[in-house]
Amino acid sequence: MAVVNSAVQLDLAKKSVRELNQFLHGDLAGRGIQRVEVLNPGGVHNLAVGLDADVDVDIRGHAGYFIAGMNKQARVTVHGNVGWSVAENIMSGVVRVRGNASECAAASGHGGLVVIAGDASSRCGISMKGCDIVVGGSVGHVSAFMAQAGRLVVCGDAGTGLGDSLYEAVIYVRGKIRSLGADAREEPMTDADRAVVSRLLDQAGINHAASEFKRVASARALYHWNSDAHQAY
Amino acid sequence: MTTTEESYSFNRHVLAYIHQAAELGLYDIRGLGAKRVLPTFDDLVFLTASLSRYPLEGYRERCRTQTVLGTRFAKKPIHLAIPITVAGMSFGALSATAKEAIGRAATELGTSTTTGDGGMTPEERRASKTLVYQCLPSRYGFNPDDLRKADAIEVVVGQGAKPGGGGMLLGQKISARVAEMRTLPAGIDQRSACRHPDWTGPDDLAIKIGELREITDWQVPIYVKIGASRVTNDVKLAIKSGADVIVLDGMQGGTAASQQVFIEHTGIPTLAALRQAIEALEEMKMVGQVQLVISGGIRTGADVAKALALGADAVAIGQGVLMALGCNSRWYGTPDHRTDAAADYERLGTVPGSCHHCHTGLCPVGITTQEADLEARLGVDDGARWLRNYFNVLTMELTTLARACGKSDVHHLEREDLVALTVEAAAMAKVPLAGTNWIPGL
Repeated sequence: MAVVNSAVQLDLAKKSVRELNQFLHGDLAGRGIQRVEVLNPGGVHNLAVGLDADVDVDIRGHAGYFIAGMNKQARVTVHGNVGWSVAENIMSGVVRVRGNASECAAASGHGGLVVIAGDASSRCGISMKGCDIVVGGSVGHVSAFMAQAGRLVVCGDAGTGLGDSLYEAVIYVRGKIRSLGADAREEPMTDADRAVVSRLLDQAGINHAASEFKRVASARALYHWNSDAHQAY
Repeated sequence: MTTTEESYSFNRHVLAYIHQAAELGLYDIRGLGAKRVLPTFDDLVFLTASLSRYPLEGYRERCRTQTVLGTRFAKKPIHLAIPITVAGMSFGALSATAKEAIGRAATELGTSTTTGDGGMTPEERRASKTLVYQCLPSRYGFNPDDLRKADAIEVVVGQGAKPGGGGMLLGQKISARVAEMRTLPAGIDQRSACRHPDWTGPDDLAIKIGELREITDWQVPIYVKIGASRVTNDVKLAIKSGADVIVLDGMQGGTAASQQVFIEHTGIPTLAALRQAIEALEEMKMVGQVQLVISGGIRTGADVAKALALGADAVAIGQGVLMALGCNSRWYGTPDHRTDAAADYERLGTVPGSCHHCHTGLCPVGITTQEADLEARLGVDDGARWLRNYFNVLTMELTTLARACGKSDVHHLEREDLVALTVEAAAMAKVPLAGTNWIPGL
């Protein structure tokens, strides 16, 4: 463990995932640690999971599944691509991916902000419960499936079945929507929507005009069991 | 002459089903478990001691019941006083009062209780010394703070009442508090997904379990709960994925609300599932390393004893717990101040003894409800006492049978102590048909 430019460096060529997470679960504030750099992640899984600290963590390279899972407070940045379920169940804080994300990014996220600079694969924002997600590129099929609360901003295109079985989450898409899922519908953008999109793009550091986005929300037609629409469930 | 002959194929139940389907265009959703006749532990009996075995004195010689779960990887395995635990049941499906009563009883008994879909309530955590926190596909109310408060984590892949199916909590049970915990509007029909949102398949599950271990610093055991269908493969895959404990729920397992077609027509009986799970553990050489908890229609001390004899380390009980709290009783309140609830059952279109209307939220005895006036019908102290009594009876029956088989520890009960009364049970449990040495299929 070295300290470079006020950041504690942990090299995963020399340390294990267990040692990294144990360190990050320790009393960082008490030790005056505000920045941690993770070197040589090598695509391994479960890095920086379960953090609950006011700390910046930079992962220098590609990483595997569940990176920054269940994050609270921390600001985790991956300088590379990530595998499945980055920032799953995020509660607060910020998780940024400079590259692309595989499936289920920010799945069931309760709060905080997740930024994917590149593309996110299918089921981005599945079951999200209040977090905000900004994707600089496109998202794959059935993104925001059963999404309950929060906002998903997609600067590129969306795949098939977008927002299938949506609850109260709202999706904003700048590009093409290949198809909408059951009970999802396009709605007019309001001033409030444009303000939300502008703010989230600002936080994400992505420059687009909010006026270029479309709003997708739930038609709320499946909130109560309807046998005439049984294939939609 | 008036014709009165009833058809076996189109009997009154089938006719009612078809007429209702035709009239309403809806299928039945209900609570509790399968009501059809199935092979059960009742089809097995113990070969207790005589000349060839030495019994223990029932009232004098001790018979240990201590049970340890989660010894494979966790730093803090679960230590229980008895091998009888409380199965996962959600706040939402059950009232907060019922959950608190269950937690208090479990604590007094030295056993564990389990959360359910909808998360962990503070009342439940306070009341429960040993609490298993479920990680379900819906992730309703799931968060890392509660995860770290848990004594064990149970990743729920499936449920015996509906293996392969998701959950359902109908709008009438979604009170403001339930809705807030689940981050959904009050009053809507809430679906729980049938698959987890962040992983699919056993390879992913192994990584997911790794994540949960990392977040909890490898302190607590991780259970994997499976609904009994393709048991042999599923148990092997759960072991390979890194589970400390397998929870196997047979088709008699209960639910708060599921489609009748699921409850009666999916999965395999608990008796058959248990044997397959044990064989899978044996084949993987994991007996003693990975513990097995069996659930799904466990009712009596005899059921517990037979489950242990077949190889389970512990049982989990859901429906029996509800019944101990008064489910399907005509009366609510204490014997001194009891009130007749027959009219409330009648309003639901049922009678005490046949009620499975947990899904309505109008439980006449105040267990599966979120209505304040109904919830008040169950007292925490009363509920805790009844459940403690019930589990104590199960434990006494269990140790009675174990002593009669010459065992000073209930975990010493073994397959060799059992025979079957039916060919079906003999084939499923792989124990001899009574009075023979014949095990069908061997």
